[in-house]
Amino acid sequence: MIGFLTLLYKEFLRFWKVGVQTVLAPIVSTLLYLLVFYHVMEAHVEVYPDVAYTIFLVPGLVMMAVIQNAFANASSSMIQSKVSGNIVFVLLSPLSYREIFFAYILASIARGLMVGAGVYIIALMFFDIPLRLPLWALLFVVMGSGLLGALGVIAGIWAEKFDQLAAFQNFIIMPLTFLSGVFYSIHSLPSVWQTMSHLNPFFYMIDGFRYGFFGVSDISPYVSFTIVAAFFIAVSMLAIRILKSGYKLRY
Amino acid sequence: MLPAIDVTRVCKHFGTVCALADIDLKIQAGEFFALLGPNGAGKTTLINIIAGLALADKGSVSVMGHDVISQYTQTRQSLGVVPQELVFDPFFTVRETLVIQSGYYGIKNNNAWIDEIIHRLALDDKADQNMRTLSGGMKRRVLVAQALVHKPPVIILDEPTAGVDVELRQSLWHFIQQLNKEGHTIVLTTHYLQEAEALCNRVAILKQGRMVALDSMQNLIGCVTAGNTIRLKLSSEQLPIALQSLQICYNNGVHDLKIDNYNHIASILTALRDADIQVLEMQLLQPDLEDVFVEIMHENEKERI
Ligand SMILES: Nc1ncnc2c1ncn2[C@@H]1O[C@H](COP(=O)(O)OP(=O)(O)O)[C@@H](O)[C@H]1O
Ligand SMILES: [Mg+2]
Repeated sequence: MIGFLTLLYKEFLRFWKVGVQTVLAPIVSTLLYLLVFYHVMEAHVEVYPDVAYTIFLVPGLVMMAVIQNAFANASSSMIQSKVSGNIVFVLLSPLSYREIFFAYILASIARGLMVGAGVYIIALMFFDIPLRLPLWALLFVVMGSGLLGALGVIAGIWAEKFDQLAAFQNFIIMPLTFLSGVFYSIHSLPSVWQTMSHLNPFFYMIDGFRYGFFGVSDISPYVSFTIVAAFFIAVSMLAIRILKSGYKLRY
Repeated sequence: MLPAIDVTRVCKHFGTVCALADIDLKIQAGEFFALLGPNGAGKTTLINIIAGLALADKGSVSVMGHDVISQYTQTRQSLGVVPQELVFDPFFTVRETLVIQSGYYGIKNNNAWIDEIIHRLALDDKADQNMRTLSGGMKRRVLVAQALVHKPPVIILDEPTAGVDVELRQSLWHFIQQLNKEGHTIVLTTHYLQEAEALCNRVAILKQGRMVALDSMQNLIGCVTAGNTIRLKLSSEQLPIALQSLQICYNNGVHDLKIDNYNHIASILTALRDADIQVLEMQLLQPDLEDVFVEIMHENEKERI
């Protein structure tokens, strides 16, 4: 247990020591999105009855920030340790594969939640955003950041260079995030795209998270929960297996 | 007694390169063991397989009686490894690095021991400096310190003195010798053969993934065919006929003569005096590990041809 807590603490310190880049900067850039959308879109769209567009948008943007930062945390920590070689200190230690995995994703969840909470709290100063069912919101944000942390572990192990990691981020994580209903309800999409969106696990994360705020969602939160949980467990098991196999870590 | 390290029929390939071919090696607890060989011989690969950083294609390795794959928790707890590469985590200071490293091994309050190793490795005034700011030699010392935080019974050092100045090398060896006296098993690789000769009691020599020698230091040096040599600078370039058969080589006015034992020296000197040749300089050369090394590397070349 001490070993696991130490690695968790080290992973936490790793981003906290450079918190301006890893926490503050993403909060600011997410708030910029909010500012722009507020001015351009507020008058035009209303997704749910009685929910102004900006209010609708906030949970989506919070989740987007959480997703990106949870992924970035695990993946960049992993690839940095690999490229600089200091991953050997972890690999030489008696830490189990599960301990390594959980330390990485818990640190990712922590960073995701810090960024998300930062965006939410600052947005609260300007807008009146309800939080009807906070436990649902918390459940989805924790599972979502955990899932992205696990994906980050896999991507960080797989990538040998930083540009491969950037490709993973730009061609997989970003499209899935943007097409998941961060900025809109998928009911406003043509039906083909609606069907497509249902194949996107990120969609359920955001929809379920939004349910926690407004008490309404595109689909049942129980369905979303089941799907996100299934993805989380599957990706975690894959990540632990990869760690155990030594793929790209132990040659 | 169980060996500290037991390597059984280990093979490792990288593509078509055979890095280790069928290596068998037992190292007993308490030994001071040298793993030698030219660059690319497979020393690091073997160490990494023992440490679990690399995976053998075939064969098995155990440390203190535990298998390095299926019982990795125990084996890694028993091992302290100083990697060949100068790796460090730029986010932390020396002390933070050592506290974190202790934590990985499940040790919470390790400050007394950390202070001691910092002191014994003369890192006191660097303890609170960021790792990034240290020189190469200092980083190497921190790597040694990291390998010792959990007081492992078996310590493996992969070229711990590469790029380290003479003074530091000596203090490092002194420290490692002390650890050996305290009961730690030591395995090291180095290109400084004189140092290995002075420190180690047993040697394995690897060449292109094969073990070409494995013996005690005494036996290895004892069986060098070169034997003892006497090096003479003489007033004459020409040796007396009686001594010509002893000549091993001649260059720059210096004759190397083979001798069977020390009494032999007296008869050589007599022969020279009889021939009216003066001895300007005289030096007795005893075979050392370097001779063993050169001879073994040569032998193998002949075999292959
Ligand atoms: N990760 C690797 N990938 C491919 N070849 C490797 C790798 N590591 C070592 N080798 C090769 O294996 C051989 C043994 O290398 P190594 O164990 O580093 O030798 P030494 O430590 O004795 O200098 C060399 O031919 C080296 O090129
Ligand atoms: Mg090497």
